[in-house]
Amino acid sequence: MSIPLRLTVNGEPRDLILEDPRVTLLDALRERLHLTGSKKGCDRGQCGACTVLVDGRRINACLALAVSLDGAEITTIEGLAARDGGLHPVQAAFIAHDGFQCGFCTPGQIMSAVGLIREGQAGDDPERIREGMSGNLCRCGAYAGILEAVRDASSDMQREEAA
Amino acid sequence: MNRFDYSRAASVAEAVAAAARPGAAYLAAGTNLLDLMKGAVVTPGHLVDITRLPGLDRIEPSGDGGVRIGALVRNSDLAHDRDFARAYPAVAEALLSGASAQLRNAATVGGNLMQRTRCPYFYDTASPCNKRTPGAGCAAIGGATRLHAVAGWSEHCIATHPSDFCVPLAALDAIVEIEGPGGARTVPLADFHLLPGDTPERESVLAPGELIVALRLPPEAAGFSAHARYLKVRDRTSYAFAVVSAAAMLRLDGGRIADGRLALGGLALKPWRVKAAEAALMGRAPGPEVFKEAAEAALAEAKPSGEANAFKVELARRIVVRALTLAAAGTPERLPALPASPFAASSFAPGAAHG
Ligand SMILES: Cc1cc2nc3c(=O)[nH]c(=O)nc-3n(C[C@H](O)[C@H](O)[C@H](O)COP(=O)(O)OP(=O)(O)OC[C@H]3O[C@@H](n4cnc5c(N)ncnc54)[C@H](O)[C@@H]3O)c2cc1C
Ligand code: SF4
Repeated sequence: MSIPLRLTVNGEPRDLILEDPRVTLLDALRERLHLTGSKKGCDRGQCGACTVLVDGRRINACLALAVSLDGAEITTIEGLAARDGGLHPVQAAFIAHDGFQCGFCTPGQIMSAVGLIREGQAGDDPERIREGMSGNLCRCGAYAGILEAVRDASSDMQREEAA
Repeated sequence: MNRFDYSRAASVAEAVAAAARPGAAYLAAGTNLLDLMKGAVVTPGHLVDITRLPGLDRIEPSGDGGVRIGALVRNSDLAHDRDFARAYPAVAEALLSGASAQLRNAATVGGNLMQRTRCPYFYDTASPCNKRTPGAGCAAIGGATRLHAVAGWSEHCIATHPSDFCVPLAALDAIVEIEGPGGARTVPLADFHLLPGDTPERESVLAPGELIVALRLPPEAAGFSAHARYLKVRDRTSYAFAVVSAAAMLRLDGGRIADGRLALGGLALKPWRVKAAEAALMGRAPGPEVFKEAAEAALAEAKPSGEANAFKVELARRIVVRALTLAAAGTPERLPALPASPFAASSFAPGAAHG
């Protein structure tokens, strides 16, 4: 069985032929498209390291079949910065607030934060941000910095939108 | 993961026909199914992708004054739909207390109803489990049973149903719309999931090939919107399954309870509606004594399935009292930052302390 599949990844159309439907979105990104920014932590939807945006919404790439998402627009950590290399406000805020230590969970944290801010449910309420980010575990325990980074980026992005 | 064939259904009729093949399973978002397949807990030979079925992603008035929710509506879209959340706040709160934002963005209404138990022995293919292999035995009995059932279990299976969403749905008399090889039919959610009895491998009334197409809430369900809460005790603050949970809803009239609804999660292999407790509330003025009576009635027939889960019975009583107290105090204007948490500041309503 060979299955043709088209995904728009970080703005670029990518055509894939899967010889087997078992490939998850995460494996398609990492193994076929060599976008290894999305991490494979637990591979079971429990840690959030594989978080990407699908049609603008954050999901766990490890628990989605790539074939099922044929035609979708995917944004990964590699697609966040501007073409000239300028960091996305969430990326900049993670650096400014030391929102990481080892860095393994960071791409998932950042993608999740971008999704959270778009969803618009949390604002800058620390409790709502913590709850909204609870699908992303950080084993180094950088949560304090992550919270500050998300709060900051959230108000920056709101200000930008208002301007 | 096992090898499987994949097909994408373009219509309900096509989906039902494809799922008639032995070993076929419907694929919605896959957040439960793929997890189970990765662990070889289930090994379907054919996946019928239903995510592109037209028309099943809508939340619409049902004609009789209730609401109809398509089976493919995502958990987060339902919880954040303004009109829905205003009319059925306990349902929204239950949804938002489940899983994580990422999972809720993917998970569908139908998949949530059909999610499998979280019994660790069910997940561990090295352990005997009557659900996985009928007749093999149950490794949970006599094992680590802290999170197992305290109601409705049998000597063949002591697992619980993990869904939060289903708990308020059972209390609100939700109806499941089904299409299958034999045509269309509806089943009350309260009768949809099956207790284990001596066939724990049968988990719902769905016959092979039957598809959930929608869920309906009857017009009366919106009558509880002013006094409706879901409360969920977890082993961590967020992102964990319920140890015990309760959906409590009241309709107050002239300082008395004109109608009350109560269902519990984490107790049994199905959402546990407790009509005896509802009867204890009728016509009474809300208050701690009445709520304690309701809690006694709710748990009167509870029976631990192991020493380690005996605590759940008393915990459930206290959660019932707390949930009813919070419901009586009124649905908050905005859902609390930690939905359903007994530790959220807004959950400490006057009189909510344990008696
Ligand atoms: C880490 C983690 C934490 C979680 N925490 C919670 C929690 O706290 N509370 C909670 O309630 N849930 C929790 N969940 C479970 C989650 O809610 C379910 O995985 C989800 O609702 C399943 O929906 P889905 O669309 O992904 O279903 P799928 O995984 O695609 O399908 C699940 C099952 O339903 C069947 N199915 C799907 N749609 C239909 C249909 N329309 N008709 C008939 N059969 C169908 C499938 O064949 C399959 O057997 C958690 C999950 C994970 C991974
Ligand atoms: S409790 Fe049920 S699901 Fe768990 S091992 Fe026993 S039979 Fe299997």
